[in-house]
Amino acid sequence: MLRFIARRILELVPVLLIIATVTFFMTRMAPGGPFDSEKNTTPEIRKAIEAYYGLDKPLLAQYLNVMKGYLKGDLGPDYKYPNRSVQELILSAFPVSLELGCLALAIALAIGITAGLIAAIRQNSLLDYSAMSLAMIGICLPTFVMGPLLALVFAIHWHWFNVSGWDFARDRVLPAMTLGFYYAAYVARLTRGGMLEILSQDFIRTARAKGASTAQILFKHALRGGIAPVVSFLGPAAAGIITGSFVVETIFDIPGLGRFFITSAFNRDYTLVLGVVLFYATLIVLFNLAVDIAQVWLNPQLKLE
Amino acid sequence: MNRSSRNLELGTNRDNIPRSKAERMTKFKIRMHPARRLLVRAAGLFRHSGFVIRHLQAAAAVAAALLGGCTPPPTRVSYGDREQVLFYGNGAEPQDVDPQIVTGVPEDHIITALFEGLVSEDPHDLHPVPGVAERWDVSQDARTYTFHLRKNAQWSNGARVTAQDFVRSYQRMLMPSLAAEYAYMLYVVTNAEAFNRGQITDFSRVGFQALDESTLQVQLNSPASYFLSLLNHYSWFPVPVSVIERCGPIDQRGNRWTRPEHFVGNGPFGLIHWRINDLLVVKKSPTYWDTDKVRLQEIRFYPIESFEGQERAFRAGQLHVIYEAPLSKIDSYKQKHPELIHIDPYLGTYIYRLNVTKPPLSDKRVRRALAMAVDRVAIATKVRRAGEAPAYCFTPPNTAGYTCTARLPVDVEAARKLLTEAGYPDGRGFPRLTLMYNTVESHRTIAEAVQQMWKKNLNIDVELENQEWKVYLDNQRMLNYQIGRFAWIADYVDPKSFVDMFITGAGNNQTGWSNKEYDRLLAEADRAPNNQQRYDLYQKAEAILVDEAPIIPVYHYSHAYLLSPSVEGWYPTLIDHHPYKYVRLKPRPENLIN
Repeated sequence: MLRFIARRILELVPVLLIIATVTFFMTRMAPGGPFDSEKNTTPEIRKAIEAYYGLDKPLLAQYLNVMKGYLKGDLGPDYKYPNRSVQELILSAFPVSLELGCLALAIALAIGITAGLIAAIRQNSLLDYSAMSLAMIGICLPTFVMGPLLALVFAIHWHWFNVSGWDFARDRVLPAMTLGFYYAAYVARLTRGGMLEILSQDFIRTARAKGASTAQILFKHALRGGIAPVVSFLGPAAAGIITGSFVVETIFDIPGLGRFFITSAFNRDYTLVLGVVLFYATLIVLFNLAVDIAQVWLNPQLKLE
Repeated sequence: MNRSSRNLELGTNRDNIPRSKAERMTKFKIRMHPARRLLVRAAGLFRHSGFVIRHLQAAAAVAAALLGGCTPPPTRVSYGDREQVLFYGNGAEPQDVDPQIVTGVPEDHIITALFEGLVSEDPHDLHPVPGVAERWDVSQDARTYTFHLRKNAQWSNGARVTAQDFVRSYQRMLMPSLAAEYAYMLYVVTNAEAFNRGQITDFSRVGFQALDESTLQVQLNSPASYFLSLLNHYSWFPVPVSVIERCGPIDQRGNRWTRPEHFVGNGPFGLIHWRINDLLVVKKSPTYWDTDKVRLQEIRFYPIESFEGQERAFRAGQLHVIYEAPLSKIDSYKQKHPELIHIDPYLGTYIYRLNVTKPPLSDKRVRRALAMAVDRVAIATKVRRAGEAPAYCFTPPNTAGYTCTARLPVDVEAARKLLTEAGYPDGRGFPRLTLMYNTVESHRTIAEAVQQMWKKNLNIDVELENQEWKVYLDNQRMLNYQIGRFAWIADYVDPKSFVDMFITGAGNNQTGWSNKEYDRLLAEADRAPNNQQRYDLYQKAEAILVDEAPIIPVYHYSHAYLLSPSVEGWYPTLIDHHPYKYVRLKPRPENLIN
């Protein structure tokens, strides 16, 4: 087990190196630069700014400089916000996204697994159909519709919450619901599918024949195998959900990481793009590792290797 | 914000319960929401079961309260009105609040609260009024300005704002190594350009001189009668160089002196809190020389980017003022809440640039034909609908008293004739041109309208192409386009901010257009001794620009935004400046109800 984990973490190094290299050259190949704006300054001043950030050097030299910085743990200065460094931006925004993500994930799992279970037990009943129709609506309704809708009803009409901001505990409710509902829909469908598959297996029939109660069958025998699809889904989904959602953060004006992810690319904010991409990549790899471990725990037929 | 505006979209709510029913409900002693009544009744069924039930009733009451039966809690705006705290939807996260580093409008809104220049702005029309300088003398040849600084002007750390502070600030601004993007705003001063380009290294040769602690002399290249307006641009604000030094090298961009813990300014407000993408707070500064006049205690700037999000926050009583109203909501506010929506003129022009280096747009007749076939009135009133004015020349009307007289009228017949002369009768044989814009919905609708007008009026086909912002800017700069949209917002209230754009080789010309006479007229205008003569020269220059048509002016901007009626001392100005010193909040009863 430990060897497995150590090996997977070592594998992270070449993966990140490749991602860093590809990202670096892709951002540099995109037309336009960080200091293009509708109001152009004089060419001399523009050159001076580029020289200050070392952008006048040959591309390969720039690449080596960036890599050298990363080895020293320095992610570089940010171009868009000149008095901030990239690590500072990521470290200030990540806790916010993490908090929002965890809340949304909790909502997604609580609602999704419950709905999926109910639908699976009462397959083809009215309950099943209504739960699955709701899930379908949840999947089809993008967060940029759901968010403003929740804000209109709960914040503007009923004044229960603030429309935007991240100051009080209650400011977490609407964004977490918006993000959570979307994932809950997926989780519900996956849970239902997984449970139906398990419930039709022989060992369940045996358990039933032996007189096990429905609750025992569900929670003791079926659930562990039934939520396997949900767990595989959660690996990349959790990495995505806790690094922040651009849309939800923009709608509710939340100072999270998701906004940097998108806007840095639009701004050609090279250092920030690279920093956020690598951060995200690391998280995905780690979450996939966690998923692999969880899968083995859930399904004794699998082995770590 | 008044209560009815809450119902703008969602129709009715409890306020619309007919009176008789409301009265009947008061017989229950408390006015109850139906949901609450149900819950309380349900709890009442178990009245005799003692302890548990009492708790159930309490829970029911809490649930009922949560269900919205009671009056809504006071909004942030009503709190602000009481405490003189202005909640400002500021459109974007400021890049920095160092006046010598930044370039944007959201930054401008914050920096004008934190710093004060030699002169300040009148809240009604922004004409220069005494700021740090209590008075100034202008030499006979209008090339030497002597500013007498007031003795009680202070930095927020208690130090006096001296003439030397200004000199050192301008030195920093012009240091080539700082690479301040707005350094060219100081080029009117003798040798400033040479110093900024590194041609001279001795700053004492630049035309700034501190005669003593409170006297600053500025030597100009030429009698620039717009000089005092220029001083209200933030690139001319003083910065506390000695404080900056303590936080790092003064000529490096990563300096952290603008963090709240280090910040020192000389404006009516000081920086006390700044969390990126969340909130920036400025608080009334006790060291400001005119602090008795300042009524606001705090301004909180929220960097909400989406216009829709700002509008929602405004409607929920979280903001006093927003950066810009979403276009889709303007009509509805105009009809239902004209007291909330403000449409101010704004010193900016939306144009199409024509790349004159390639045929067929190298032919002046073709350019004029295209310009004369665009119905500006239709675009301003049918496509935009936010109070924009149709544009027939580049500088907006009444810019510091200047209104250009030259105009290229819309005349389809004449346009067709010109196109025929150019060799394309009825559009035959006209090459397929591409009109480029950056990917934004409102640019697309305008481009489509123009495309149709050209098809209908001149029978020529134009292709539309949208590009991502930075790709678009890159192509414009490399003249890698045929027709492209562009918008120019003035930096200061003077026609010079517009006409200078089309000087040969100017950074934002980007049409390849060059005209010796135009350049000569503008150079002469820079030397003109007074505004009248200067404006006459601008008229002549702009007549050339209109005649040659390297651009098609489409409309002059307006600024449509929402403003709470409790904000007083906020006047329509041309560049969205509202000197905060004169702003005050007046609590209104309806705000408290909301």
